[in-house]
Amino acid sequence: MDGIINLSIGQVAVAYIFVLVVIAIVRIRGINKEKEIIISSVRMTLQLVLTGYVLVYVFKNPSPFITIGIIILMEAFSIYTIYKKFRGKLSKSLKRVIAISTSVGTLSCLIYFLFIVVRISPWYTPQYFVPIAGMFIGNSMTGISLGVKSLIEGMSTQKSLIEEALILGATPKNASKTIINSTFDAAIMPTVNSMLGMGIVFLPGMMTGQILSGTSPTTAIAYQIAIMFGIFGTVALSVIILLQLGYRTFFNSQSQLN
Amino acid sequence: MFEFKDVKFKNIIDVPKLQIEEKRITTLVGTSGSGKTTILKMLNKLISPTYGKILYKGKNLHNIDSVLHRREVLMLTQNPAIFDGSIRDNLNAGLIFQGKRLMNDGVLKETLDKVKLNKDLDIPANTLSGGEKQRLALARILILNPSVYLLDEPSSALDDETEDVLIQMLIQYARKDRKTIVMVTHSKAVANKYSDVIIEISEGKVKKEAG
Repeated sequence: MDGIINLSIGQVAVAYIFVLVVIAIVRIRGINKEKEIIISSVRMTLQLVLTGYVLVYVFKNPSPFITIGIIILMEAFSIYTIYKKFRGKLSKSLKRVIAISTSVGTLSCLIYFLFIVVRISPWYTPQYFVPIAGMFIGNSMTGISLGVKSLIEGMSTQKSLIEEALILGATPKNASKTIINSTFDAAIMPTVNSMLGMGIVFLPGMMTGQILSGTSPTTAIAYQIAIMFGIFGTVALSVIILLQLGYRTFFNSQSQLN
Repeated sequence: MFEFKDVKFKNIIDVPKLQIEEKRITTLVGTSGSGKTTILKMLNKLISPTYGKILYKGKNLHNIDSVLHRREVLMLTQNPAIFDGSIRDNLNAGLIFQGKRLMNDGVLKETLDKVKLNKDLDIPANTLSGGEKQRLALARILILNPSVYLLDEPSSALDDETEDVLIQMLIQYARKDRKTIVMVTHSKAVANKYSDVIIEISEGKVKKEAG
């Protein structure tokens, strides 16, 4: 088969049958989830259509300001999403740590990936910058969310063990060591698992997209491998920064639990 | 050794003046909720006064490194937390936290004997009973050999006979090695039998000092 099959609006609409089937099943089984399913389906459609138009404009009019603006917007949105998810549970200092770990972790890996690995030119080329930043920031957001959840839970459920360690003369870092390690595991595991299953259990979205749009599978695979390492590095770096700075927010300057 | 100057902690503690002498056995007595444990925690620097200051060897405790202070002034809490792992892991925990060399099994066994806990070092510590855990926790701080012991109801989970043997052992050890002990107890009998100084705490205030 040559070229790409363009999907018409009608064809996309036919894909909605999946949603309708699920809604029917949910209704028959008496699971009260129809509203969520409809809202998320419609929202996803609208968001993607809007993003499509924005990207068409951005790709046609490449500008360093627009690229940087989009990256700032993505970073801000991902940080805001994490804040919203943990509303009422984050201290001011932990919020600051989340913002620092998300932005430093993703930006440093993004810069390395785009300028040293892919070597894009001009440096602000939106076709590369925007989707790759999206993948890095999105994955780091998931990693940080898992990390924050595990850190907060660990610090609260294991409070007596941390206090005992402090009593026995541990530094706050040593006292939180078990929690820091298990948090790193919890945050990094989804990325490691997805690397394990990739290519056998499933074909990753980016690679599928490239293959569907006519790129040769070998090129798509080369990109996918590089991207996966990039994502792995970004998630790991963001989570490491989160943990290195995050555990401290649970202690005061006198090495006492807050 | 410790000197309280106008110390307040929230509305729990209000001690304008209090001295705790070095190399002596001081006992804090009082009803539950009177603030004894809070005082002990302040001496360990697990918490700090919200007003006033505590001097340790003439220096403001606030300016002393908390971690180093806790290594010198160790506390045994009323319900000490036991770490995952074996009895050996628990005995070594403090040494690891303090970056000290681990003890060989002979020394560990000897310490367990001191607290009358005749158990194998490889047994998972979480399988011990409440009283056994408390003795393990006591052994854990004995190994660290601090200069001050802060003991919060060291006998709460023990029967009377074990309580007496253990406290006697500790007191003997403290006197021989010239250690300081600050002990919280609800038992006036224990206080009268072993203390050099008895301080009675009531509603966060020092009611009476005797010694």
